[in-house]
Amino acid sequence: MSSAVTKVAQPAEPAKAAGPATGQTATEQTAADPATTAAGAAGVGTSGPSGPGSRPRRPATDYSGFPLVGAKHPWRWVGTAVVALGVFGIAWSLATNPRWEWGVVAQWFTAQSVVNGLLETLKLTAISGILGFVLGFILALMRLSASPLLVSVSWTFSWIFRSTPLLVQMLLWYNLGYLYEKISLGIPFTDVRFFEVQTTTLISQFAAAVLGLTLNQAAYSAEIIRGGILSVDQGQLEAAAALGIPAWRRSTRIVLPQAMRAILPTAFNEIIGLVKGTSIVYVLAYSELFYTVQVIYNRTQQVLPLLLVATLWYVVITSVLSVFQYYIERHYSRGAVRSLPLTPLQKARKFFATHAVAPNRARSPR
Amino acid sequence: MSTATQSLPETATAPEATRGLVEITKVRKSFGTTEVLKGITLTVEPGGVAVIVGPSGSGKSTLLRTINHLEKVDGGHIAIDGTLVGYEVRGRRLHELREKDILKQRTEIGMVFQNFNLFPHLTALENVTEAPVVAQGRSKEEARRRGLELLDRVGLKDRAGAYPRQLSGGQQQRVAIARALALDPKILLFDEPTSALDPELVNEVLDVIRELAKSGTTLIIVTHEMGFARDVADTVVFMDEGQIVEQGSPQELFTNPQEPRTRSFFSKVLEPAFNI
Repeated sequence: MSSAVTKVAQPAEPAKAAGPATGQTATEQTAADPATTAAGAAGVGTSGPSGPGSRPRRPATDYSGFPLVGAKHPWRWVGTAVVALGVFGIAWSLATNPRWEWGVVAQWFTAQSVVNGLLETLKLTAISGILGFVLGFILALMRLSASPLLVSVSWTFSWIFRSTPLLVQMLLWYNLGYLYEKISLGIPFTDVRFFEVQTTTLISQFAAAVLGLTLNQAAYSAEIIRGGILSVDQGQLEAAAALGIPAWRRSTRIVLPQAMRAILPTAFNEIIGLVKGTSIVYVLAYSELFYTVQVIYNRTQQVLPLLLVATLWYVVITSVLSVFQYYIERHYSRGAVRSLPLTPLQKARKFFATHAVAPNRARSPR
Repeated sequence: MSTATQSLPETATAPEATRGLVEITKVRKSFGTTEVLKGITLTVEPGGVAVIVGPSGSGKSTLLRTINHLEKVDGGHIAIDGTLVGYEVRGRRLHELREKDILKQRTEIGMVFQNFNLFPHLTALENVTEAPVVAQGRSKEEARRRGLELLDRVGLKDRAGAYPRQLSGGQQQRVAIARALALDPKILLFDEPTSALDPELVNEVLDVIRELAKSGTTLIIVTHEMGFARDVADTVVFMDEGQIVEQGSPQELFTNPQEPRTRSFFSKVLEPAFNI
């Protein structure tokens, strides 16, 4: 290593050996020793600001050969250690406390009834999530329209559904048959009926659940989407209008893709909330994940392990959704950041490419 | 409103400049109780270059925005090559056009904004090709070819795939100019195109506009760059408090302004700019 240094160093540089033993090869521009520069001033002194006739100033020391050393953060290490200890403690207690009954958890985790409940939960989430956001989008556009009627209808919708407890909404939809025995479509104030049906047959548990979750979701997502649209600079719409781009295209091609950046984090919050929010339909005795688990533990009395089963499934769903969120957000951040951050996959690949290849060439997958 | 509308010196007009006549007649516009345009009348000949100057709040930008109907007028009318902008005559009334027809008119009027207003989620090339495909129904391939041509013209062919945020302010504004040119407009409106730029980036944009001034497209430019105005304009229009105070050739207006208001404005803004 030292041989490399001496090879690069100039011969007329006695101070070199005493300099920092770096092993860096950046010593080509050797540290400007005051003595050296004073002697051969003509070559090096050009960078100095001293004009002709002014007193020769000692040139600034050249630090280019010095290695850089990062600042030390001892408290960061202390903090890390404390947190690591805490995490380890929690993990240890989870693993060793027999009352968690992990065996029971494992036994029920993939049981047919639990999986069926899980599928029902996913179904409810997907249907009411999609319908809720579609309706929310329409409500947001209504709210931003120039028509006072549309604006106030949209506002009232959000007002009502955001101020009523979801539980009440659920029970109300399910008991609609009590309020209105029959639902019919016909010409008002005449006896003409195109179609008439008993409310109780129309509003099943599933229908009540979807209706309640969708309408509630729509009220919240309308505000999220509206916020996203408002966050887009007005100049964007103007520029698009000045270019003669039609209104629908302006919304879908210019405004929405930019609004998505503001919409997505909150929207995923809502969807993840909805996944767990579906558990509220247990009041309708609808056999989604949470209700199924309740039924089981009422029978077996293994309350905590079965709640853990449900929780773990919710964790799995949320984790999968979070991965989706990451990639969708990344997609919509095109142009918003100067260069896209690496995905975890790319990071891992880069890590292996830079770290693992040279010493562990034999073992590394690349 | 003192001098009559200045007709263009023959030397400035390119021979092909037969389209792009802008006639603004007694245009009024208020925001709330503030009247920002108090009866503006102005004619810009085909292929002419009109530069509008004046203190901020004098209504320059608003006037520019009425020309492509981004701002509706409260009175008066604007015609381009004899066709009314934003309205059509039915009986003895002016009916506002439907959105579709207004958009069609706008494709003949390009606009360049102070803050560029490039679409940040689209690349430079996509910014340029969006309108020709959507508003003029050109094929993607054709729009792409023409887009690259235009980016080349503003000196940015090699940055076609870059997103606006990866470009400097001057480059962004040049992309915005290419985007406006992509529709082959008769008229180009520039709303303080260099006001948001760092001083050393101003010239790269002005050079592009200078080139355009020779091309036979009618240009209407709102700017604070007096040296550039003197250089490029056939007509300089001085506006203050919603009115045209004075207009004329750069020579007339800069060296021998008639109105006291014009004189006092130029005495404040000209000195530093004229040390060229």
